[in-house]
Amino acid sequence: MKTLKTMMLAFALAATPALAQEAAPAAPAAAAPAAAAAATPAKESFDYARPIATIGQPQPGSISIQPQVTAIGQDARWMHDAVLMPVITVISLFVLALLLWVMVRYRRAANPTPSRTSHNTVIEIIWTLVPVLILVVIAVPSIKLIAAQYSPPKADLTVKVVGHQWYWSYQYPDNGDFEVVSNILTDEQDKARGEPRLLGVDERMVVPAGKVIKIITTSDDVIHSFAVPAFWTKMDAVPGRLNETWFKVDRPGVYYGQCSELCGAKHAYMPIAVEVMEPARFAAWVKSKGGTLPGAKPTASEAIEAPAAPAPTATTPATPTPGAATPATTSQAATAQN
Amino acid sequence: MTDTTANALHFQADHAHEHHHDADHKPAFFARWFMSTNHKDIGTLYLIFAIIAGIIGGTISGMMRMELAHPGIQYLNHWAGVVSPTDPAALHLWNVLITAHGLIMVFFMVMPAMIGGFGNWFVPIMIGAPDMAFPRMNNISFWLLIPAFSLLLGSTFVSGGTGNGAGTGWTVYAPLSTSGSAGPAVDMAILSLHLAGASSILGAINFITTIFNMRAPGMTLHKMPLFVWSVLVTAFLLLLALPVLAAAITMLLTDRNFGTTFYDAAGGGDPILYQHLFWFFGHPEVYIMILPGFGMISHIISTFSKKPVFGYLGMAYAMVAIGVVGFVVWAHHMYTTGLSVDTKMYFTAATMVIAVPTGIKIFSWIATMWGGSLSFKTPMVWALGFIFMFTVGGVTGVVLSNGGIDNYMQDTYYVVAHFHYVLSLGAVFSLFAGFYYWFPKMSGKMYNELLGQLHFWLFFIGVNVLFFPMHFLGLDGMPRRYPDYPDAFEKWNSVATHGYEIMAASMGIFFINLIWSLVAGKKAPDNPWGEGATTLEWTLSSPPPYHQFETLPKID
Repeated sequence: MKTLKTMMLAFALAATPALAQEAAPAAPAAAAPAAAAAATPAKESFDYARPIATIGQPQPGSISIQPQVTAIGQDARWMHDAVLMPVITVISLFVLALLLWVMVRYRRAANPTPSRTSHNTVIEIIWTLVPVLILVVIAVPSIKLIAAQYSPPKADLTVKVVGHQWYWSYQYPDNGDFEVVSNILTDEQDKARGEPRLLGVDERMVVPAGKVIKIITTSDDVIHSFAVPAFWTKMDAVPGRLNETWFKVDRPGVYYGQCSELCGAKHAYMPIAVEVMEPARFAAWVKSKGGTLPGAKPTASEAIEAPAAPAPTATTPATPTPGAATPATTSQAATAQN
Repeated sequence: MTDTTANALHFQADHAHEHHHDADHKPAFFARWFMSTNHKDIGTLYLIFAIIAGIIGGTISGMMRMELAHPGIQYLNHWAGVVSPTDPAALHLWNVLITAHGLIMVFFMVMPAMIGGFGNWFVPIMIGAPDMAFPRMNNISFWLLIPAFSLLLGSTFVSGGTGNGAGTGWTVYAPLSTSGSAGPAVDMAILSLHLAGASSILGAINFITTIFNMRAPGMTLHKMPLFVWSVLVTAFLLLLALPVLAAAITMLLTDRNFGTTFYDAAGGGDPILYQHLFWFFGHPEVYIMILPGFGMISHIISTFSKKPVFGYLGMAYAMVAIGVVGFVVWAHHMYTTGLSVDTKMYFTAATMVIAVPTGIKIFSWIATMWGGSLSFKTPMVWALGFIFMFTVGGVTGVVLSNGGIDNYMQDTYYVVAHFHYVLSLGAVFSLFAGFYYWFPKMSGKMYNELLGQLHFWLFFIGVNVLFFPMHFLGLDGMPRRYPDYPDAFEKWNSVATHGYEIMAASMGIFFINLIWSLVAGKKAPDNPWGEGATTLEWTLSSPPPYHQFETLPKID
């Protein structure tokens, strides 16, 4: 136990400099666009998109759900906006109206002699059954939504998302298994690059547009949660487990999220930035990272002969390594998926 | 509800008799308050404890609202004694604050006030019993809370890994609470929960025994006042849920200190196991915090409508149903942990079912008022506020119950808004309602009506300004447990902080009222509420004699 704790401490210490916001962003292993000055069109590394303020990030003073860019997200948002919100608003106003009515009609001045009614079987049955019916009406689209979320089309690309205290890394097993390490930018860097404060990262997760992306999440220390509101995606990254989810985004752009499971001191400082780009540009990005393209160019979707199917677990050690910081990929991996 | 007004004269004759003897003799100060076996004194101790814990927990939320009023870190580094605003020690302090706020409000404010305070005070009286079944066990239930609270407060002064204190959240998820938090702080917090849990289990045993065995002749289960029903259901929830928590956090302790790997996949364990165990306790826990409030609200609505509770049996069994179903919905707190599709569908459907008995309660309260003769004394306005605010918190619960929707909402401020509407505006409103309702009975003094009304209206406005914008923040995607946020979230955060200021001002009025009433309040009559108040406590003097019902009352 003592050794375990020492190792943990060692890991924590080793990790700390990379996490300090003030420190230069940790350079990824594969490529070296280390220049924080890669502000706008960077020449030598890669031409990342500028975020658009009205999509993929929180809106100032907003009172509604962020615009959705996946089909699942649009369905779910419709269900919230068109089914749930009207239902709960009507119920709340109905209760409020009843309350106001009894307060006015049956105030002591207006009704000095109370009735002694304490039973009415019919009305009791009604207010039991009507809520049941309302819930059934809600449950049908709700169950359908869950079913849709758990019925991913065949994946075109798998990205393994690993949570760390306190940054994310993204592995691309279909493209030569290179890894992108994604650290938060300082406020000054955000400003220089036109990124929203606390959301900008030095290295975005990049995926091709119009493709089904399978996401495998895990962690190498505590539980984190990978969340991108604009995709309606949230999946915990649990050490020792591989959780799977998916999304398909047609619209190129930059979409932000934030870690959504308390993971320690800098929980608020490990944002997620996903850039969705045209497949051709994605191929160029993969090359700039030193990755490989399976078969032909990934512009043609059939070219990616879905190498993801049994592959993802192969990217992690097959046997649990005794050690604090290594995600143990055991048979539980299977249980984590539906 | 049982109408026992007819018996009132009978008891009053009894007390008059008692007073001539030494039956009302009270022990000296130390023996009375430190070695108490009297349910009313222990109830008073619980209420004082809860008020102190509430002040501490409320102050912590004030610190959090100060920090969140504007983007960037303004205060945490100063409070933590470090220079850089993003020093991990400063950010760790944030996690300590959210953890302490949650644990204090749940375990040391709401539970002691509802069950220990009002439960102890009024369950024996309402069933016509002289005291609790196990008076000395009752004493230890209370006094276990003192070391429990001391351990939790003390933990903030010792290392919890990145900084001082336990920064795990009130849920104490592994592995953040095991390998993720070196130092003794989390061990102390866990031991604190153990003691608080033991205290509650003993209390639960006491209530169940009392209610099953010490009801006055004629007081059948189906004549029991609804508050007693609510405490009975709550006691069963405590008895069944808390041992699971105890097991879960004991395994945390051994994982932390003795090299076990219950929650560590590297040794064959599973971090998600902890979440299942925790929420198997945690979900019933939220009903533990609200059910006694349901009971109180029923009495208050009935009293100030001058009308018996509508659908008494439906009300009682709705609480039983909520308690039962509350045990089979826990994983709706875990929708994003990687549950299988069937599991998610089951928990979605099961969770929605709870809305049905809850709806029965809401509508029965309204039906109780329907045809009544309503007066809007302070307890009644709190009860009316409770019904509406609990409805709002309830319907957002229906939104969150949908596993597919929860992918967006999980761990956002929408969830924070939801559970503060059912707790801070639900449970706390019922606590204030009960406090004003029973204050004359407990203290023998009337509270000040004007200050009570002012307290209500300011608090009502304050908490709504505080918590309603959190729905918007959640819909816009703001994660919870964040000390700093992207600038887009500033507007509603600063509004929420202003809401806190209004709420805090109203609490000033509450304490002024409390002190003024205790010192200079008018003497309370035995029954200040008139013919609507029919339960047995109103047949006793205000405050009740030190020992009541030495001759058991007979219920017709």
